[in-house]
Amino acid sequence: MSTTEATWTTESVRVAGQALPVLKGGAGDPLLVLHHDIGSPAGLPFYDALARHFTVYVPSHPGYDGSERPEWMRSVRDVAVVYQWLLADRGLSGVSLVGLGFGGWIAAEMAAMSPGAFRRLVLVGAMGIKPAAGEILDQALMSYVDYVRAGFEDAGAFDRLFGAEPPTSLLEQWDLNREMTFRIAWKPYMYSQTLPHLLGGVQARALVVWGRRDRIVPIECGERYARVLPRARLAVVEGAGHFVEMEQPDVVGKLVTEFVTAS
Amino acid sequence: MHLMYFTEQPMSAYPEDAGLDFGATALMFSNRHFDPVAGSRLYNEYLEHYRLAEDVGFDGIMLNEHHNAPFCMQAKCNVFASILAAVTKRVKIVLLGNPLPLADNPVRLAEELAMIDMISGGRLVSGFVRGGGQEQLATGVNPAYNRERFEEAHELIVRAWTDTGPFRWEGTHYQHRVVNPWAIPLQKPHPRVWIPGVLSKETIIWAARQRYPYIALSTAIDATKKIWQLYDSVAAEAGYTGGPENRGYLQRCHVAETEEKAMENARQFMWMQGEFTGLAHPVWSSPSGYFSPSNRRAFVEFAVGRRANPRAAALEDQLRDQQIIAGTPKTVLPKLRRLLEETRPSILGFWASDGFVSSADTMTCIRLLGQEVLPALREMGKELGLASPFEANAPVSIKYAEGPGARRTPQQAALR
Repeated sequence: MSTTEATWTTESVRVAGQALPVLKGGAGDPLLVLHHDIGSPAGLPFYDALARHFTVYVPSHPGYDGSERPEWMRSVRDVAVVYQWLLADRGLSGVSLVGLGFGGWIAAEMAAMSPGAFRRLVLVGAMGIKPAAGEILDQALMSYVDYVRAGFEDAGAFDRLFGAEPPTSLLEQWDLNREMTFRIAWKPYMYSQTLPHLLGGVQARALVVWGRRDRIVPIECGERYARVLPRARLAVVEGAGHFVEMEQPDVVGKLVTEFVTAS
Repeated sequence: MHLMYFTEQPMSAYPEDAGLDFGATALMFSNRHFDPVAGSRLYNEYLEHYRLAEDVGFDGIMLNEHHNAPFCMQAKCNVFASILAAVTKRVKIVLLGNPLPLADNPVRLAEELAMIDMISGGRLVSGFVRGGGQEQLATGVNPAYNRERFEEAHELIVRAWTDTGPFRWEGTHYQHRVVNPWAIPLQKPHPRVWIPGVLSKETIIWAARQRYPYIALSTAIDATKKIWQLYDSVAAEAGYTGGPENRGYLQRCHVAETEEKAMENARQFMWMQGEFTGLAHPVWSSPSGYFSPSNRRAFVEFAVGRRANPRAAALEDQLRDQQIIAGTPKTVLPKLRRLLEETRPSILGFWASDGFVSSADTMTCIRLLGQEVLPALREMGKELGLASPFEANAPVSIKYAEGPGARRTPQQAALR
């Protein structure tokens, strides 16, 4: 295993009339990584871990992290279509998807709409399915800091990543991202009533990863994903909340790499 | 001048300590603290106050609505408007207003308002608001489309009032196969629309473009002057001259027989403990997408406690800035004169009491206002040239060249 850090470049790609910034790094089979509702923090060790084995693409969701806002966009399924367009435009096939939290919902929608297209599907703490007993934590009712903190088991991990008192510029970015999330996932909040019925055709093998202490999306949602996806298994990561790959980058990096590279 | 009586209809019987303990008096503050026995008493007291306000000479009664909070018991202003349409005879029923984005069916609102207008004999003034941030959360409406929904619902309602049906509506947020309400307003071309606000420039600009009077809600005099500068500049761009008939103001003003009593009761304007819409979590009062993007930086700092709430000044400051006026009729009049001279509104609402002020004291206040304050204000209004939209026969909107007085229908004429 190489330990060299990947070189990352950002390319602006035009999709659905919007300029979409796509971060690209590493070499190997293509891996599309879809970020959380809070955006994609720069320089995540998890991205580097993946780039040692794959060509990693991390687009900024339309309207997130300062990327151009599509005023017309109304649903998470719209985002999934935008990414299908992106992959077709780049001529990429045999792609594996890694969806993180909210990005996991987008990945699941993509897999449902192209059930034979993807090599592997990894969902990490994915939104998108309504919990039967619990609730998905509603950021509309809490401050940015409280919401993101709720996604970590270890408060120290939050402090190391964002600072104990995150800078105002980051709060602005979280607010902007939250607004875009409201624009496309306000009601029902953070799930689709139809998605569970559409996942049964997905042919790719799937790995569902969940933090043992996920306080944002109940683990029962992970169990349900693992049930409705025909070739899925659930892996629970200790010492992690919702932002599993930020709290345990090595563990999740290894899980994903082994799962995606296995023949 | 058009002089209105207003109360927030406070649910004063809730335990204040519970609000302080919880840290908020809105949205998630449990309704187990709501006492319907006291609620029933209070609703009926407020109704009695409205009737007294008409008896002592107010020109209008201003109503509003809020949700999930003790500071305002009206969950639907059209309910009280309907009651007043029947039990009052003369006053204008001024709704400030219906929160348009909260409506999933604006045509239904257009029908309700038309009914109120007809039942009241053409006394409706139909103001519209965006609704507070908490209202979006309380009703499950997407805050990110608040302004779009406001503008589209407004357009649809005005069309439902003025265009002959049936027609079809295919909008961004509203789609209707058939718009053909069999209740249309008595007033022609349609009831007057006034737009209240406190914070957002966008709303002032929008109101000025429509030529709708803007009602500044208890802003400090300097801030109010800035509102009129902006309004007038937009009016000039739109091709008309802004004047008193475009300007309204809601004044918190309590009068009593003695200064001491007035000041004691004026303290109740601070009863909600936060800004005047209560003690609130900033994220609830301004969910993402609800406020102007130009305020994003200030807002996020406020949301995490790095910036003070700009709307929660101390009582002493609000008294100094005349956002709150209290005294005997004799001592409040010079202050009201200053307000009229400096900001020149023709529409003036009196928010006369709040919180735990007793019904008897509120009625004394209403009576003193009617007998001793309003007549003096009318004289001042004449002297200063503050003609209300009714007195000036101002057009109801930018779409009309002349006021409705010139084109009164035979039915309306018969009612006067």
